[in-house]
Amino acid sequence: MSSDMNKDWPLYEVFIRSKNGLDHKHVGSLHAADATMAIENARDVYTRRMEGNSIWVVESKYITASDPSAQDPFFDPAEDKIYRHPTFYELPEELTHM
Amino acid sequence: MKDQNDFIKSLFVHADTALLLGQRLGELCGHGPVIEQDIAMTNIALDYVGRSRLFFNLISQIENNQKTEDDYAFLRTENEYHNLLIVEYPNTDFAYTVAKQFFIDTFYYLYLDACLTSVNQEIKAIAEKSIKETAYHKKWSSEWVIRLGDGTELSHQKINAAIQDLWMYTGEFFVSTDFEMKISLENILPNCSTLKDKWTNEVQAVFQQANLIMPSNAWAQLGGKTGNHTEYMGYILSEMQYMQRTFPEMQW
Repeated sequence: MSSDMNKDWPLYEVFIRSKNGLDHKHVGSLHAADATMAIENARDVYTRRMEGNSIWVVESKYITASDPSAQDPFFDPAEDKIYRHPTFYELPEELTHM
Repeated sequence: MKDQNDFIKSLFVHADTALLLGQRLGELCGHGPVIEQDIAMTNIALDYVGRSRLFFNLISQIENNQKTEDDYAFLRTENEYHNLLIVEYPNTDFAYTVAKQFFIDTFYYLYLDACLTSVNQEIKAIAEKSIKETAYHKKWSSEWVIRLGDGTELSHQKINAAIQDLWMYTGEFFVSTDFEMKISLENILPNCSTLKDKWTNEVQAVFQQANLIMPSNAWAQLGGKTGNHTEYMGYILSEMQYMQRTFPEMQW
């Protein structure tokens, strides 16, 4: 794979739904010339072992990510605010999987 | 069935075509232009090798001679192979690989579809399994013909050269040998000559999208189905058969 090729072909993120009713999960990324090719490449690269029945792809540049260096201000303040978890409700016994 | 040998030879046409195409594509493992296409081509190679196994097992069942699929694949001599000549052609470059695949996939989609109405249950079962794979192969190879043909000046030039060079091997798809003719009269396998118009139309439709012109050369190189091969065949066999010849009866 030449580096030119990588420059020409944008990166796509691939999401696969393993079963009807479940959600699409991120499985990895790949290079492709356009979205159609990305779907086909994803079929060959990520669903060879019956991993799923639906594929989504999105060009990586359209994903906006949180800043890893801002992790502390972003996530730490939640740590000592246990009242945000609704742990004080009493659940009826019939309710499982909560 | 009047003559079992005719049926067996007809089966070898498809078993050997699938085997050698799988072998040729397998040569590209680790050499694809990008890793995603490397995996795509290797997947297709495995589908074809798998298909040859289905046919070899059926032949072994009919011959009832204790031979295994490995015996058929690795221990016959050149003239005992009945494959279409086009699959012997070297990979050359990505455009040749794609063009070869496109011609074959378009043919096999039609051929397997016609096999679905066979009076033979095994043939029907093989076709039902294989046609889904071929539908995907055909989508893959057609799209690449369009991408290359309608791509840059260089890619257009390359796919056009491949099409021109390989065209003379496509006529063989539609010329029935005597043994195939007899088997098709019994509705066991389709008559390949009836598929020519459909194939030409489908190829033309893709070429149109790809800005490619149909080659006008009508001359067809024949011989593969009756065991007369191109000069490439010996090299493929020596590589493919090396292990079984060197270590007879080896097991994985």
